[in-house]
Amino acid sequence: MSRNGPASVEFRNVSKLYGGVTAVNDVSFTIEPGTLVTLLGPSGCGKTTTLRLIAGLEMATSGQIIIGGRDVTNLSASERDVSMVFQSYALFPHMSVLDNVAYGPSVSGEPKQKAHAMAREKLELVGLKGFEKRMPSELSGGQQQRVAVARALVLEPQVLLFDEPLSNLDAKLRRRVREDIRRLQRDLNLTVAYVTHDQEEALAVSDRVIVMSNAAIAQSGTPRELYEQPASLFVADFIGDSNIVPIEIESVSGDRAVALYGEARFELPSRGAKPGAAKLGLRPDAINLSAAAAPDALPGRILHAAYLGKHMEYTVLAGGAELFVVDRRVKQPLAVGDETNLTFDRDGMTVLPA
Amino acid sequence: MTSLSPTGDAVALAGDGQRTATRINASTRWSVLTGAAAYALLPWYLLEGSFFSTAWMADWPLGKGGSGLALGLLGGAWQLVPILIPLIVGLWALTMNKDNPRLSQTLIAAGAGGLALMIIEGFAIRHAGWGFDFLKTLTGWEGPRQGGMGFGAFFVAGSFLVMLCHGLAYRGYCRGDVFIVTSIGAIIALIGVFVFMPIIAVLQSAFLDLDGRFAPAEFVTKFLDSSIWGLDCLAGGVRCGVAWNTLFLGVLVGVMTTALGLAFALIATRTGFKAKGALRLLSVLPIITPPFVIGLALILLFGRSGVASTFLSDWFDIPPSRWIYGLPGVLIAQMLAFTPIAFLVLIGVVQGISPALEEATQTLRATRWTTFRTVTWPLMRPGVANAFLLGFVESMADFGNPLVLGGNFEVLSTKIFFAVVGAAVDPGKAAVLAIILLAFTLAAFWLQNSWLGKKNYTTVTGKGDSGLPQPLPRRIAILSYGTAIPWAILTIVVYVIIFVGGFVRTMGRDYTPTLIHYLTAFRIEQTDHGLFFSGSAWNSLFTTLEVAAVSAPLTAAIGILTAWLLTRNRFAGQRFFEFGTMLSFAIPGTVVGVSYILAFNIPPIELTGGGLILIICFVFRNMPVGVRSGIAGLSQLDKSLDEASLTLGARSFTTLRRVVLPLLRPAIVASLVYSFVRAMTAVSAVIFLVSAEYNLATNYIVGRVEAGEFGLAIAYSSALIVIMIAAIALIQFFVGERKLGRRGANEVVVGAG
Ligand SMILES: Nc1ncnc2c1ncn2[C@@H]1O[C@H](COP(=O)(O)OP(=O)(O)OP(=O)(O)O)[C@@H](O)[C@H]1O
Ligand SMILES: [Mg+2]
Repeated sequence: MSRNGPASVEFRNVSKLYGGVTAVNDVSFTIEPGTLVTLLGPSGCGKTTTLRLIAGLEMATSGQIIIGGRDVTNLSASERDVSMVFQSYALFPHMSVLDNVAYGPSVSGEPKQKAHAMAREKLELVGLKGFEKRMPSELSGGQQQRVAVARALVLEPQVLLFDEPLSNLDAKLRRRVREDIRRLQRDLNLTVAYVTHDQEEALAVSDRVIVMSNAAIAQSGTPRELYEQPASLFVADFIGDSNIVPIEIESVSGDRAVALYGEARFELPSRGAKPGAAKLGLRPDAINLSAAAAPDALPGRILHAAYLGKHMEYTVLAGGAELFVVDRRVKQPLAVGDETNLTFDRDGMTVLPA
Repeated sequence: MTSLSPTGDAVALAGDGQRTATRINASTRWSVLTGAAAYALLPWYLLEGSFFSTAWMADWPLGKGGSGLALGLLGGAWQLVPILIPLIVGLWALTMNKDNPRLSQTLIAAGAGGLALMIIEGFAIRHAGWGFDFLKTLTGWEGPRQGGMGFGAFFVAGSFLVMLCHGLAYRGYCRGDVFIVTSIGAIIALIGVFVFMPIIAVLQSAFLDLDGRFAPAEFVTKFLDSSIWGLDCLAGGVRCGVAWNTLFLGVLVGVMTTALGLAFALIATRTGFKAKGALRLLSVLPIITPPFVIGLALILLFGRSGVASTFLSDWFDIPPSRWIYGLPGVLIAQMLAFTPIAFLVLIGVVQGISPALEEATQTLRATRWTTFRTVTWPLMRPGVANAFLLGFVESMADFGNPLVLGGNFEVLSTKIFFAVVGAAVDPGKAAVLAIILLAFTLAAFWLQNSWLGKKNYTTVTGKGDSGLPQPLPRRIAILSYGTAIPWAILTIVVYVIIFVGGFVRTMGRDYTPTLIHYLTAFRIEQTDHGLFFSGSAWNSLFTTLEVAAVSAPLTAAIGILTAWLLTRNRFAGQRFFEFGTMLSFAIPGTVVGVSYILAFNIPPIELTGGGLILIICFVFRNMPVGVRSGIAGLSQLDKSLDEASLTLGARSFTTLRRVVLPLLRPAIVASLVYSFVRAMTAVSAVIFLVSAEYNLATNYIVGRVEAGEFGLAIAYSSALIVIMIAAIALIQFFVGERKLGRRGANEVVVGAG
């Protein structure tokens, strides 16, 4: 659907410095054509900067940026075939919805008739037919967001960028809009780079996720790879809120390891760990609490309990560490001070490089 | 990792894009060709008559209107020949492709080399021979002569500048944006020529003796002269030095205007005072009043035959005296003129103090007085200091009031004027005085920036603070009303005098209503050849309107372009660029006047005596306000609007035109209004620059005052005020408000600052 077809985006050892601050540090990655890739990471890790480097709104201090096989490192934003949906939407407040969407074609020299026709088509696509004459200030937040998407789509760019597009929407709307964006991306076969700091949003919409930390890439992969095979403490902690607890690796044989946590002993995939001290990532929903003692169970005590409607959240002291636990059984809640026994689902446990 | 098939046609299209990108920009080609054509065809030197007169065409391409090429090769002006080389290099660059790495180097070399050649050539050979002494000694003769730059030279210099900037842009400077680099280059060149060069001329002439030789000893003597720094008055003598006078007056005016402004600001914000609209009006009126008009009204009120003086002598037998001429008169006039500025600054400060802070103190059981003393006042203190410095600077820069009311009380600005146009013309002395005055104002601005810059308005948050401002403690309220009310009455009386004065025969003596003053100034007669504007004021009024109408849009354009460059781009040397654009704000008008005379009376840039120098003077004097209101407006515009436009394929110029400018309407209105009003009311700088042919209204009125024709002067002044009000309404109507739909309708208000 895209005029030039979706393009790949490739970063080769790209760095961006603002004075003394390194916002992006020697980053390399490739976004395949027609896929949606999210940049995920905590505040200030360089996601927005990476996106702006793709758009040409910032110029790389070093390294190469290649879009659709063409080196665009030194091209300005207006010379790249890339559009962006801004966090604030950045709708031109002095233009009607139609003029906003028709802006791209009209500045690139299309006659007014044609530009308006292109704009109408894209407005219909995002479900805003009939809103053409309104001013942006006369739209709801969700409608403004869709105008911004239509405006970015109208030139059928090789790459479409979103910077936290959902952050100004309420929680209910977020889920719907992110599904709309995903459907649009699939239907139109677009290359999309998408920035968020919400891990659930990232897992829900992406083909691949690039997790960033401190201006560098911590790990990239499919949502499942990241969730199940975190490469570092940081990723395990950031995706899925894992508990990180100290363990002792007693022995390694092949790709299996025997680990000791408190008094409990487990056999787990070794993931390259060596005997000695190590860390274990424990998913909050992989911890089961029960009154009955089991052979491999760990005794613990409830320090804090909260009722969240769909589930309970507990803080449990066990094996010398405080564990964050999510428990679906809201009907028989445990109380603060209760003694309990912890058992663990194996697929929610990951040995991490220390 | 990359699968190539889907990107295949993207590559093909990219190739297409590259093909268009390899050609050199059309704008580059046109400016090089224009430069070459101007060199070959246009008159190189300044023409004496109009460009459209045929006088110069007779001998063309040689003679007075000869082109650079012809005069250089055939007319004996050999110094123009070397300029051919960079032009040829520039033309050669046009044959290159954009991806040729030599292109940018060639253009930079041609542009920089050409500019350097023109500057050297222009300053080395002047109207009276060599421009540098060592050339005289070296060659043993007076040297060749040449006149000022004309159209040809101007276009060639412009073309070199564009070559240099485009060359830098092709190298990737400023993200390779040709428009941005060229704008920066053009503004730097203009600031260099019209702000820095005049200042350098002043410094130069202060250090030279009458024969043009470097004489630092003489400078020291002139600088330490007792007429400047003498302290006779302390030892019972007649007069103190003019520098002390100026400082003393400045401090007094600063203190008094701040006190009055604070009183008004407190009343307007912290009391139940009803007529706040009237207060606003009183604060705006003096801004559209030519500065000396207030002095004039004071003469009509308190002069020897003034309204108040005659009243006092008729009823109380108090003999009329000349007390108003001198320090008291100047002081009162400046207080009337500058209190509104202090008011506008301080009302922002007082409003900015968050009521929540004061409420917090009160919940801690402090009395209202304690709250005021420990919270409100310390928060206001930086703003108060700011208002003081502004009053101080305005007083030192003021020229009209000391001229009209000064009598024997001399200040630097008037003394500079008389050193240039008085009986004993001494440009060296004028330059020394100008340096002292400039040092004072620069020091004040430096203090303001470094000491107060960051402390101001600390409690203004974006959030609407709940809570009501505290009412004033009783003693402060009484003090405020006590100062403000008499002052408001005086202001009203002054304006009544201004508007009534034109309609009576002679203020103070003969109150017969008459239109005679207006008729003298603005008579229009019906003759056989149509309407004839025979009134004596028409000539200067038309010139003033013309100059103001031309300079206002130029000021706004250059100011807002500068603001946009400063806020939306990052480039090397940005801080220095900002300093340069703001500098002219700190230069008093009198200093500007002197420096323009010194710099632009002789080649290479000869402008004095024309209308153009008036326009240029206004543009660069008022530009900082355009920059400031532009920056204020732009900082309220989300930067991502520009970026959205860029990612949609619009170039920076298109973005500026279609997105930024329509949203900057309030800032544009503010700078248009401000520069128009300033051009209508300015006296200090232009009084040096006007000529018989290009006389300005203010200068004409000052002349009438000096000749004692008060009725005519006051009639003309009130006419000016009415014209300005009409013009402001007109600008509002045409440039108008932004149209943003319901919610955003009234979010941005930019003051003229
Ligand atoms: N214009 C700038 N000048 C200086 N430093 C900057 C600039 N823009 C960003 N930075 C710095 O670069 C780093 C990365 O910023 P960036 O905006 O990319 O973060 P982010 O990952 O998008 O964060 P967030 O989730 O909060 O939006 C930060 O440390 C930031 O302070
Ligand atoms: Mg960000």
